[in-house]
Amino acid sequence: MSAAEGLARRARWRWPEIVFWLVAFGALLMPSGKYLILNEIAILALFALSLDLILGYAGIVSLGHAAFFGVGAYTAGLLAKHVTGDPLAGLAAAIAAATIVGFLTSFLVLRGSDLTRLMVTLGVALVLGEIANAFPRLTGGADGLQGVVMGKLLGQFEFDLFGRTAYAYSLATLFVLMLLARRIVQSPFGLSLMSIRRNPLRAAALGVPVHSRLIAAYTLAAAYAGAAGALLAQTTAFVSLDVFEFHRSADLLLVLIIGGAGWLYGGIAGAVIYKMLQDGIATLTPQYWQFWIGLFLVVFVMVGRQRLIGGLYGLLALARRR
Amino acid sequence: MATILFDGVAYGMLLFVLACGLAVTLGLMNFVNLAHGAFAMAGGYVTVILMDRWGVPFLACLPAAFIVAAALGFVLERTLYVHMYGRSHLDQVLFTIGLVFMAVTAVDWAMGSSQQNIKLPAWLQGRREILGVQVGIYRSFIIVICGTLAIGLQLALMRTRFGSRLRAAVDDARVARGLGIPVGTVFAVTFAVGSGLAGLGGALGAELLGLDPNFPLKFMIYFLIVVTVGGTSGITGPFVASLLLGVADIAGKYYVPALGAFMIYLVMIVVLVLRPHGLFARPR
Repeated sequence: MSAAEGLARRARWRWPEIVFWLVAFGALLMPSGKYLILNEIAILALFALSLDLILGYAGIVSLGHAAFFGVGAYTAGLLAKHVTGDPLAGLAAAIAAATIVGFLTSFLVLRGSDLTRLMVTLGVALVLGEIANAFPRLTGGADGLQGVVMGKLLGQFEFDLFGRTAYAYSLATLFVLMLLARRIVQSPFGLSLMSIRRNPLRAAALGVPVHSRLIAAYTLAAAYAGAAGALLAQTTAFVSLDVFEFHRSADLLLVLIIGGAGWLYGGIAGAVIYKMLQDGIATLTPQYWQFWIGLFLVVFVMVGRQRLIGGLYGLLALARRR
Repeated sequence: MATILFDGVAYGMLLFVLACGLAVTLGLMNFVNLAHGAFAMAGGYVTVILMDRWGVPFLACLPAAFIVAAALGFVLERTLYVHMYGRSHLDQVLFTIGLVFMAVTAVDWAMGSSQQNIKLPAWLQGRREILGVQVGIYRSFIIVICGTLAIGLQLALMRTRFGSRLRAAVDDARVARGLGIPVGTVFAVTFAVGSGLAGLGGALGAELLGLDPNFPLKFMIYFLIVVTVGGTSGITGPFVASLLLGVADIAGKYYVPALGAFMIYLVMIVVLVLRPHGLFARPR
């Protein structure tokens, strides 16, 4: 098998993927249902997908990915409030804004160790949060941005109370961006990112322009996060300072780690599991669900995430062999 | 002006005692412990419980806070943390965030989410004028205690047998073990002392910093700033960094309250971008 064939095989659609998307879009045909939580899952999945692009592929550990989520959310919210209620225009503007912020801050994460990167990414999110807090006339400050009125999607579909349109909109966005991400990570560019994650020095020796690749990957991930933020702002018609908060970035890491980083669908799997867990535990102990999430995290790391996810893969491989 | 400087120094000293344990685990042992604030919170709550429910005097609560937090640190180090030393930073981050979440909700459950107050003894309250400067008595008390601790720590690290064993164990654990240094015990004791100091800081700082279940999350970033900006090659760097941070934070909140902590974060980013290994450290 030549290298080209091998790469083409990696890029091929597999049946679980197809089944997954059929089920996800099929959920829209349900008469009524849990569209609100499905919408949340889709948004979280997109957000986690964006983190996967830098963590799973480029190997940058970020504790402040909420920065771009927040930029996207505020851009979309402000645009809808002051300029136009068209969702797609808002989405485009949010992506553009997050891309710019991502590009500008990408230079900060190039240097230093994991620890420096953690601190710098965390700091960027905190600085943006403080900025949003410092201009209450524009952002609504601690009360949040109110009075966001969304227009109809494509001029046809109104955002209803049950969140059906919202879910369809978020899922479609997730699907399109996933197609794009799939294409990107299987391109030579994506492969070069993976080589950088494994060994930056060696990648550089092989002629991979490490810095510009990292900048590109970071900017791309920021754009994705901005899209996720815009979806949240548009489908809930509300933005609060909460979008920049630390726990959002920390939860996001958890989501991605549950699903497994570095295979794109990890974000989606993690989002589904995380929201289910949260929903389930929250009905049992509404106030203290975070404790169980924390315990889960500790046990998860103690047992070894590689071992858990590797075990799952082993089971899958076993099932396939039969 | 001088009062702000004085308050800033007191605040910085407090931050140093809170963060110096982290300076050793994160700075020297290269372990990303985001849960450090949880030990400080434990110390704070021990003080609240002892004083409010059992009527123990404030001064007696301080050693108790140290001992409880140190014991907690020791037990956790031996049972959980010890498995995490060799792991990747990502694993360490996830693990300690999990611990923080658990600590925050557990305290919320046990003690309620409201802000806790401790009642200082009368002789520590109030202000006095010294050389024309208004000086808070409690803040002077903090400066004296924390300053003594800082000097003691520096001496312990540099002059004692334990200090040199610790430095050897940090530099190269394998060789140190080969030379007969009980590396595991050294780390465990260090961790316990660091946690105990955090607990002491939490007890001392309950009055100034406030104490509620979100304490570990609220101050995590400050501890991390102290360590990363101060550099990771000793405790002098973190000491200077915490003084700077304390003064800058108090001055910033006094002169431009609208900006909040904005300046602090911005300065941290600039410092880390220009000097990724901290202000006072040579890259290793």
